[in-house]
Amino acid sequence: MKNTQVLSLKNLSKRFGSVVANNSVNIELYRGEVLSLLGENGAGKTTLMNMLFGHYLPDSGSIDVLGNDGQMRKLVLGHPQASLDAGIGMVHQHFTLAENLTVLDNILLGSEKLWAWRHDRNKARNKILKIIDRTGLSAPLDEKVARLTVGERQRVEILKALYHEVKILVLDEPTAVLTPQEADALFENINSMTKDGLSVIFISHKLREVLKFSNRIAVLRHGEKVGEIATSDANERVIARMMVGEETIKNPRDKIQLGNPILQLNEVSVKGDSMRTSLNRTNFTIHENEIVGIAGVSGNGQSVLAKLISGLIDPDSGDLLIEGENVEYFSPNGMQSLGVGRIPEDRHHDGVVGAMSVAENLVIERLQDKDVNKNGFLQNRAIKENAKALIEKYDIRGPGIDAKASLLSGGNIQKLILARVFECKPNVILANQPTRGLDLGAANEVARHLLEARGRGAGVLLISEDLDEILALSDRIMVIHNGSLIETVNKDREVIGLMMAGEKI
Amino acid sequence: MDILQILLNESFWAATLRIATPLIFGVLGALICEKSGVLNLGIEGIFVAGAMAGWMAVWFGFTLWMGLLVAVIVGGTFGLIHAILTVPLGLSQHVSGLGVTLLATSISYFTYRTALPKLSSPPKIEPFQPLDIPYISEIPFIGLVLAEQTAMTWLALFMVVLVWWILNRTPLGLSIRAVGDNPDAVDAQGLSVYGLRIGAIVVGSSVMALGGAFLTMSAFDSFFFGMVNGRGWICIALVIFASWRPGKALLGAILFGAFDAFQVRLQTEVGAFLPSQVFLMAPYVLSIIALVIVARRAEYPRALLKPWFKGAR
Repeated sequence: MKNTQVLSLKNLSKRFGSVVANNSVNIELYRGEVLSLLGENGAGKTTLMNMLFGHYLPDSGSIDVLGNDGQMRKLVLGHPQASLDAGIGMVHQHFTLAENLTVLDNILLGSEKLWAWRHDRNKARNKILKIIDRTGLSAPLDEKVARLTVGERQRVEILKALYHEVKILVLDEPTAVLTPQEADALFENINSMTKDGLSVIFISHKLREVLKFSNRIAVLRHGEKVGEIATSDANERVIARMMVGEETIKNPRDKIQLGNPILQLNEVSVKGDSMRTSLNRTNFTIHENEIVGIAGVSGNGQSVLAKLISGLIDPDSGDLLIEGENVEYFSPNGMQSLGVGRIPEDRHHDGVVGAMSVAENLVIERLQDKDVNKNGFLQNRAIKENAKALIEKYDIRGPGIDAKASLLSGGNIQKLILARVFECKPNVILANQPTRGLDLGAANEVARHLLEARGRGAGVLLISEDLDEILALSDRIMVIHNGSLIETVNKDREVIGLMMAGEKI
Repeated sequence: MDILQILLNESFWAATLRIATPLIFGVLGALICEKSGVLNLGIEGIFVAGAMAGWMAVWFGFTLWMGLLVAVIVGGTFGLIHAILTVPLGLSQHVSGLGVTLLATSISYFTYRTALPKLSSPPKIEPFQPLDIPYISEIPFIGLVLAEQTAMTWLALFMVVLVWWILNRTPLGLSIRAVGDNPDAVDAQGLSVYGLRIGAIVVGSSVMALGGAFLTMSAFDSFFFGMVNGRGWICIALVIFASWRPGKALLGAILFGAFDAFQVRLQTEVGAFLPSQVFLMAPYVLSIIALVIVARRAEYPRALLKPWFKGAR
């Protein structure tokens, strides 16, 4: 049973201009197994899956899928409909649900003949209820998707695929938005589905999950498959080495004596869009030489907290103290002059001005400095010298200092922001999701800079959804849920996960 | 009291329904377009084109129903121009829509002038007559209101039900509602985002053209310049007032029709001491007030005005 092949990717290659996205990749998938596809960002995972779905046409190679008659058949390439018809389903990282429709309607969408006078909603409902029964994927069928939690939305996506009777299900980083408990529940559901003969390809870069839940692991690097290993033979070190080609150097994290309090919040409340995204009577203190991690599922008040410390909004009540001084007026400029450095969450949108050059973006936060601005005139030579030096120092790779910032890759935009922030030697650093979407190399670089800042006496507030990152970097960890912050007693992953889900410990 | 007398008069309600009819077509047409995620500001010009084309077809010897078909085809053609510019090419829906309005209006006037160069007074056709449906005219009050309406008003009322049914009860309607909210959802299910949107705009524009045709083929019997007079723009506002629901669209159109019919009557009653412009203005002012009250809660189709390109995420 386990040995029936259901899918075979043969020598798939795809180039975009001069960039090789995939080079002669071979992957087999068997019935009822979970195959993990691992790789850094830009390793070619998504391109590979887009070829499987007919979104991209491969330059060479072919795909065979098991047909209903038990024979392997060539898939027509470059046609999404052909892939859907062959029983391949995908749950994208960004959900493809219409929020104004009910769960039932979303599942129904595209499953019927377009030209009919009415739906057969009852038949559909019964079929879905049977699937829910079998797999344990529960979702409120008559609720509008807009009112669903992220976890529920993901279950709807999977239900949608199962409703279309897929034989092969691809999950693209399914746990990125889930609490650890939600993720565990998801994997239990997947286990019961694979028992029914479903095959799953699971794209991830979280080693822990991959080791726990898959049968087999395939690793991609620079567009090529560099290894394949049965999960039972693998461990974190082996896979990490496959992914990056060498063993990652863990940033050393020395014990340092804490200094004076540098950022204090006393009973601070800020109203957000809803109860959930507000801050309620928040108290915490960050000291010199300290990194404090804020763990939590996104949308629980993190963005309000970040906006407050960036000076974008005022607190409704309570005090915020920097180096013991009460902050009276909240403005981004004011916060910056008090020594706050900010690494924004959405680096493309809030971090850089895409249409301006790299050199200009590097000085954009200190336009009032004498060496940048003399009597109202920009000092272009100094700005360029500054850019050349920083590009060297922070290893910002791209088309050059005069190129638009929007032409840089995500990792290099983040390095640009790091260069801008850390050159000002801020005393308080707000790092909001600083490594989201970055590959291991760039993420390590960010971590190194944060630890360096800690070493020279800065206090760092690290907001992240990546619990592993928080566990690795933080001196203390707080969990944010429904706008309330609770300090954790120790670094127990299980306990923190429960707190992220709102359990009172 | 005078006002009460006006409101209890069946001729007032008959006029209301008559004024509302072109708006019902217009709102439904705009609603279909916007449900798929595309604003169609070509509506004003499509009204003019529908009015001119339908009327002229009849003038040259077509039957009234064939004239309507001509209006529908002309409306659909201008819709197709807007659709191609805004959907696969992804141009600004505002700019394209206003362009279509200018183009359709000018072409209509040009065609009219070239086809009928030597006329001093506008030529007349034999328009739709009130439809006498047995039993209905015997219902007290409502019967008298309905007995004055032509087949086109009945068609408009039927369209309300039809559009509601298609949007809410059929797979096609589900797909249109989905494509106006999240085109990626539609694309992921193997349906064509472009196909659905282009189809919705063409059909919606055809329905708009019926609103124009009503003016020359039912309300009046001839075509003259400036006769559409902003009715298209009113429809764009009414769609928001209706929160993109066909039933509420009917209500909004009737409400506006009632304002308009009321101001005409009020003008004859108390016109002595107020300038007539105040009365002409009244329906628009009341519409704005109604819009302010209702539209703050309106739930826009989330993908409205956002172009979508295949393969781009």
